[in-house]
Amino acid sequence: MRFVKDGRAAEDPYRRVADDASLPDGVPVLLTGERFLADAAALASRAAPVGVIWPNNREIEELAPHLAHLAAIALAFPTFRDGRAYSQARLLRERYHYRGELRATGQVLRDQFLFMLRAGFTAFEIAKDGDADHFADAVHRYTRFYQPSADRRPVIAAVRQPPTPQRKSA
Amino acid sequence: MYVYDEFDQTLLNERVAEFSDQIKRRLSGELSEEEFRPLRLMNGTYLQLHAYMLRISIPYGTLSSKKLRMLAHIARRYDRGYGHFTTRQNLQFHWIKLEDLPNAMADLASAGLHGIQTSGNCVRNISTDQWAGVARDEIADPRIYAEILRQHLTLHPEFSFLPRKFKIGITGAAHDRAAVKMHDIGLWLRRGPNGELGFEVAVGGGLGRTPYLAETIRGFCPSRDLLGYVEAILRVYNRYGRRDNIWKARIKILVHDLGVAKFRDEVEAEFEASKDYAPVLDERLVAEITRRFHYPNFENVEDNPPELQAAFHDARFRTWYFNAVAPHRVPGHAIVTISLKPVGLTPGDCTADQMEALADFADQYGYGEIRNGHEQNLCLPSVRQRDLPALWRKLDAVGLALSNVNLITDIIACPGLDYCSLANARAIPVAMEISKRFADPDLQRNIGRLHINISGCINACGHHHIGHIGILGVEKQGQEFYQITLGGKADENAKLGTLIGPSVPFDKVADVIEDVVAAYIELRERPEEIFIDTVRRVGIQPFKERVYAVR
Ligand code: HEM
Ligand code: SF4
Repeated sequence: MRFVKDGRAAEDPYRRVADDASLPDGVPVLLTGERFLADAAALASRAAPVGVIWPNNREIEELAPHLAHLAAIALAFPTFRDGRAYSQARLLRERYHYRGELRATGQVLRDQFLFMLRAGFTAFEIAKDGDADHFADAVHRYTRFYQPSADRRPVIAAVRQPPTPQRKSA
Repeated sequence: MYVYDEFDQTLLNERVAEFSDQIKRRLSGELSEEEFRPLRLMNGTYLQLHAYMLRISIPYGTLSSKKLRMLAHIARRYDRGYGHFTTRQNLQFHWIKLEDLPNAMADLASAGLHGIQTSGNCVRNISTDQWAGVARDEIADPRIYAEILRQHLTLHPEFSFLPRKFKIGITGAAHDRAAVKMHDIGLWLRRGPNGELGFEVAVGGGLGRTPYLAETIRGFCPSRDLLGYVEAILRVYNRYGRRDNIWKARIKILVHDLGVAKFRDEVEAEFEASKDYAPVLDERLVAEITRRFHYPNFENVEDNPPELQAAFHDARFRTWYFNAVAPHRVPGHAIVTISLKPVGLTPGDCTADQMEALADFADQYGYGEIRNGHEQNLCLPSVRQRDLPALWRKLDAVGLALSNVNLITDIIACPGLDYCSLANARAIPVAMEISKRFADPDLQRNIGRLHINISGCINACGHHHIGHIGILGVEKQGQEFYQITLGGKADENAKLGTLIGPSVPFDKVADVIEDVVAAYIELRERPEEIFIDTVRRVGIQPFKERVYAVR
């Protein structure tokens, strides 16, 4: 598995900590939703970053009160055809104004990178090593988009020049 | 019609480059078939019984002569010289080779054509009335909104991996020619209290194994909220639609399981919660898209010109005229339906020669525009009435001046077992046999309006549930059998048909249809009472008795 963060290959600084294991000091950690919610108050004062692994069939709204204390949220694509995490990502970015790392996990494949990026993901646990080398091509495959989205690239409606009138419109 | 600018075109070209690369990776084995499948599906490429099939989108059923010529070119160069028009404003090529696809796609893109989102679990081609913009009974041109939705939902970052396919239908007319209630979202253009434009919004239509008609969840959604409201529906569906069972994954099941009222509450709550940031359809954007729709410069001509009156002396012309020609909103013009249902041939097929001929006729007589509707027919939406006789002669010369529009041989049928890997039974040969039995034009006219719909399996691509007579292929001990339903309707009073009894074998279907029709002729109160009205009046019992008494 290779890791891409903010468009560049990177080492994953986070450690996944099992529910019954103790928290390592000074290391960014990814916890399950259960553990995070159970300890949310205590974790809020932890110095090192805390992230949560959130399944795609659980209400993302449950995280809303805790977003200020979350450095990363890892959302799941059990298969690339299961698109629920796209909605979770957009809700986090647009409705709850979450600004931290949004990580795609699971079957994260090259042909979906662009959709994920535009839905608000910033970090990618890439399922096939070869795909990581093509990250940049994959997300720059398109230069024009119709709908505004989290990556804030210009949309067609905004860049269109008013066309010169050609024929009469009815 | 909508004219692409460099931005639309750039996106198309980028799409071709992406898909060509995906095909290359598939051919080299870098992508498994399982990984490639959804990618090719989102480009309209299916794997069928004999070959790959390519589905091209005809947004809102509108084609320019240039696009139709390009389709003819593809048919000739990469397929077997013909294409197949479907019930959802798409065209299918059934004999494409994977290696040829990149070139075919590039050729198509050069004319503004593509297969983007014509299949896969995303928002499909948005269908509308094939008479949009020219019909007399229309509040506003639904294609403007179909195009706005098309753009907004193309490669959408949130809604490209839905639980299942998603179809939207829109009409602006009083009479529903777009089978709107059969769609996942059905939209009717409406005027609000202050005369402003908006939509009645219905959800959860769809046929297949569990047929439902869409039900209204919002009586009036102002035009500026259209995108936000549609996004709210899609978000509720994307989050809560079932993904564990492909047969229960369409939005209709979610709507049904929650109940329409609860589903509506969910959508309204979602819409409310996203109000501050949801996309707004402002008037500027509507104006911008409207401006890109070029309407013909209609000639200032009178109704009933002498050329037309003179032609009425020809009985064949008269027959065609009263069957295939409909009133236009602009004086001196007419809408001409071109039936693709010649007796004994495949419904919806069109040869490359016919496409080219039609493109020429459209340029000569019809402001260069051609339409395709859900009945698998084509139409020249704007023909000057004085040109009708000349057009008719030319159509006749290429076998396209048929006078069976809306008659019993105007059959809607899916590809069935002749092409489709999901089929239980053949559909096309059933259609051919029925059309041969009723080939006599006088007989067809005597029977009057009657829609027969045939599907080769429960997926209902042939819309059998909403045919006046519906025919569904099923499999029984390895044999092809057919269930017959009566009383379905596709329009604004849409209804699902009722099964009349046990299924019948392949070689008995046409006999049964003859019995049903004979029963109708005896039962109708007067010749003007069309089949569907007789069924409604007397119920299915008399038909059932007639069919099964002798079997
Ligand atoms: C030959 C290749 C085809 C395949 C493999 C195919 C497959 C399918 C499947 C699996 C469904 C059901 C999806 C669902 O309900 O979840 C479906 C629905 C549909 N197909 Fe096809 N189809 C094919 C060709 C066509 C053609 C040629 C037409 C038009 C004549 C067509 C029109 C439709 C329509 C209108 C529906 C929606 C029915 C509904 O409302 O549920 N399809 N198709
Ligand atoms: S109804 Fe069935 S047989 Fe016909 S095209 Fe659809 S999937 Fe194939």
